[in-house]
Amino acid sequence: MSAPHTHPCKLVVIITEAALEDSLGKDVMKLGAHGYTIADVRGQGRHGARNALWGADRSIRMEVLCDAETASAILVHVEKHYFRNFAMVSFVADVGVLRPEKFSHHPTG
Amino acid sequence: MDAIPLFFLLGFAARLARSDLKLPSQLYEALSIYLLLAIGLKGGVELSKQDVMEVLPQAAASMGLGFVIPLVAFPLLAKLVRLSRFDAAAIAGHYGSVSVVTFAVAIDYMIARMVPYEAYMPLFLVLMEMPGIAMGILLARLGGDLRSVRWGELAHEIFLGKSMVLLGGGLAIGWFAGTQGLAPLSPFFFDLFKGVLCLFLLEMGLVAASQVPALRESGLRLALFALVMPVIAATMGAFTGTLIGLSAGGTALLATLAASASYIAAPAAMRIAVPEANPGLSITAALVITFPFNILVGIPLYHRLAGLIHGG
Repeated sequence: MSAPHTHPCKLVVIITEAALEDSLGKDVMKLGAHGYTIADVRGQGRHGARNALWGADRSIRMEVLCDAETASAILVHVEKHYFRNFAMVSFVADVGVLRPEKFSHHPTG
Repeated sequence: MDAIPLFFLLGFAARLARSDLKLPSQLYEALSIYLLLAIGLKGGVELSKQDVMEVLPQAAASMGLGFVIPLVAFPLLAKLVRLSRFDAAAIAGHYGSVSVVTFAVAIDYMIARMVPYEAYMPLFLVLMEMPGIAMGILLARLGGDLRSVRWGELAHEIFLGKSMVLLGGGLAIGWFAGTQGLAPLSPFFFDLFKGVLCLFLLEMGLVAASQVPALRESGLRLALFALVMPVIAATMGAFTGTLIGLSAGGTALLATLAASASYIAAPAAMRIAVPEANPGLSITAALVITFPFNILVGIPLYHRLAGLIHGG
């Protein structure tokens, strides 16, 4: 079996309060993402334990696969709009994807 | 002693003792959907027996109460508790809005003591959820930038949020279907209600106890506010109830609604509309102090208070 041929792509991950789910979804699509995945998560950080016991305490993790340009646009956007007032961790990673045209305007990344 | 508040204490004690007891979050969701629908349906059925024109002024007055309470709470929070404008406004909004579970416990209290009350009161519960939240946002943004609020998103959050859809929808269904239409549903929605309320209170006890460490950060002044504000608001509610011609039982329920602070709808709305406010402060005040105070001490107190104001 031959190794799959992957293409470079950016993975933006945002871990934040569930209250932001709707606005973040709209934001990343507007900034050029082709889609995103959201999961309910729990954990602990500077804002104390977020145990997901009930509504206001829920956290989400959003993952966006996109090209480098969109990735930096998303990071700049969340830093400007959300870092100050919301519990949020965001980072970007280099990953390899199949079918690069699914995630990027520029398949070469 | 009523059994229902004891379930709250059980949950509270279990979490403090670090028991591994935890209700699955899907169950919590399911229970809250059930409670909201059941309360809405019950109110709707009773409303169908009423002359709407008679209820209208009462409904308007109880909504007015929701707008006024934050105006009383805000200066107390800003001046005496010495909070920032954003924190004071957000907390004032929580206290202007209402707690569904507190209301449900109060209803149970009245039924257990065979105190008659206006059974269409859930209508007031629906109407009193929004004004407090709106006032909280206005207080936070006054003099500042009102345009920075995402109004569309916020209106969506308030009017199409789970609690409004289920309470309001239940009310409408109950109203249209009437007693006969709902009779087949009553074993599920009405007979099982108390049991579900007990499970829900168990969960509230767990959640409240998990927020106790936050008390240390929020300080003694806020804790005092969370004990005093419900009594002030209940007094306002009791006078309003008497003025608009509610029975003593109905007056006690309106006092309870006024005294209660929202910890489900308001936190979600405030997080979007007033992100500068520290959500931990409002949750601690509303859920860890005011909610237990109301269900353990407040409701009997407001019942007496309503009797006094009504009699005198």
